[in-house]
Amino acid sequence: MTGLLRVVQRNLIVYRRVWRGSLFSSFLQPTMYLLAMGLGIGALVDRTAAALPGDVAFLDFLAPGLLAAACMQTATFESSWPVLGKIRWDRTYDAILATPLGVGDIVRGELAWVALRLTTVAGAFTIVMALFDVPRSWTTLLAIPAAVLTGVAFSAPVLAFAARRSVVSGSNSFNTMFRFVITPLFLFSGVFFPIERLPALLQAAAWGTPLFHGVALVRGLVLGSFESWIWLVHLGYLLVMLAVGYVAALWMFRRRLHA
Amino acid sequence: MEPTDGPLIRARNLTKRFDAVAAVDGVDFDVWPGEAFGFLGPNGAGKTSTMRMIACASPVTAGELTVIGMDPRTEASAIKARLGVVPQQDNLDVEITVEENLLMYARYFDIPRNVAARRTKELLEFVQLGERRRSEVEPLSGGMKRRLTIARALINEPDVILLDEPTTGLDPQARHAIWDRLYRLKRRGATLLLTTHYMDEAEQLCDRLVIMDKGRIVAEGSPRDLIARYSTREVLELRLHDDVRAGLHGQLDGLAERVQELPDRVQLYVADGERTLEQVRARGVPLVSALVRRATLEDVFLRLTGHTLVD
Repeated sequence: MTGLLRVVQRNLIVYRRVWRGSLFSSFLQPTMYLLAMGLGIGALVDRTAAALPGDVAFLDFLAPGLLAAACMQTATFESSWPVLGKIRWDRTYDAILATPLGVGDIVRGELAWVALRLTTVAGAFTIVMALFDVPRSWTTLLAIPAAVLTGVAFSAPVLAFAARRSVVSGSNSFNTMFRFVITPLFLFSGVFFPIERLPALLQAAAWGTPLFHGVALVRGLVLGSFESWIWLVHLGYLLVMLAVGYVAALWMFRRRLHA
Repeated sequence: MEPTDGPLIRARNLTKRFDAVAAVDGVDFDVWPGEAFGFLGPNGAGKTSTMRMIACASPVTAGELTVIGMDPRTEASAIKARLGVVPQQDNLDVEITVEENLLMYARYFDIPRNVAARRTKELLEFVQLGERRRSEVEPLSGGMKRRLTIARALINEPDVILLDEPTTGLDPQARHAIWDRLYRLKRRGATLLLTTHYMDEAEQLCDRLVIMDKGRIVAEGSPRDLIARYSTREVLELRLHDDVRAGLHGQLDGLAERVQELPDRVQLYVADGERTLEQVRARGVPLVSALVRRATLEDVFLRLTGHTLVD
């Protein structure tokens, strides 16, 4: 446990230099998105007949989805280049491993760090949502940990990916990951429109992807719209993804840093 | 657990394999408290792999290894708590300042804040970086970074300090600054374990050393012992024109205990270099140049392995 805290502490010292700008953009990003897409596009969408599930306004539909997606994006970024840098370029982890800390402390520490960062991102986002009068239920407070879980569930496998040996083209693989995994997930996981709009095959595919479950979970909590046990499926999916990713990250980090 | 009556580090048939390649091929050695022990050998001899196993940074493939009475396989964390590691490539934290590097490192060892602050101040003075404490790491020179890495390795007051090629890549002035710090540590009774491919570094710093080549230990002893055992006192180096050299036909026979032919020179191992040089001149061998010098560990290495340390 202390090992994990030390890794978080180290990242905090680095973060202390940029926290103002970082926190500012945590508020600015959702504000801009909700103004442009929620109010702008929403004004057009809400005038058409096609009703959203629960008959909510487009802004209310969109905001929780964006919250989950924002956590995914922050988490994947934080677990890619900065981690590769600490493995390969700066060898920060080698230095840490010369102390009583072990590989497990590093992996758990980086995950905890991402969780902490995401808590500020999700917290700021939720405040902005409240200003736009989105939340429909007290369970909105649970949407913060749900969004954090969504992000951390992405973080774990990305950590494993960052520790592959073939990182000569590491930054390239990250570009590929963002272009062909993260962006499609962002667009087709029900953030902007209900996946029921997709052809049946893509709908089924969406159920297999993690962001869909994160979006559904967070949206349900913000809008207070869960009427059945379905939220358990979403939660379970994310927990399994986190567990599998964690084991993979441990294995890859050990292979990479303790050879 | 107390290392007072045994070696601090003990290796028997220690082996490290990467796939099929044996980087360390069954080595035995003991490191005793308070000594400066060296691994001398060319690149690829297995020095760094040995160091990394001792530092618990790399798993032992086979054989026995005990560090401060503990087993790296099962007690890595407790061993690492008592080691100071200066790796071959600097791995300072470039995202934080000089001072924060030491303070944060102290946190990894769970050293209380007030103790960490005091040691950080003392150690920065010790490595002459007190005035750079608020600086970022990047603008420091290579020598300064090395010194900071050494200071960082001392933050936990280690029982053993592991130094992997401590002065490789530094200019002569920076090297001497490092050697000076290491001498001071030695005088305080620190146990140093270092690898080097510089024979002058090994001669100056090591009380005892092993010579490694191709994963094996080929000799062990103090620098003076090794020179006495495997070389003569002096060496006469002769440089000759190629055609002269080709036509020597035994003109140097009987002058030296041993003659070593190198691409650019011929080395004669003798007790008295000046006298031998006179004899060579008396035989009428035309020389481009001649040099008499004391034998070094380089000569020992050449004798034992047939090749030079640095090519």
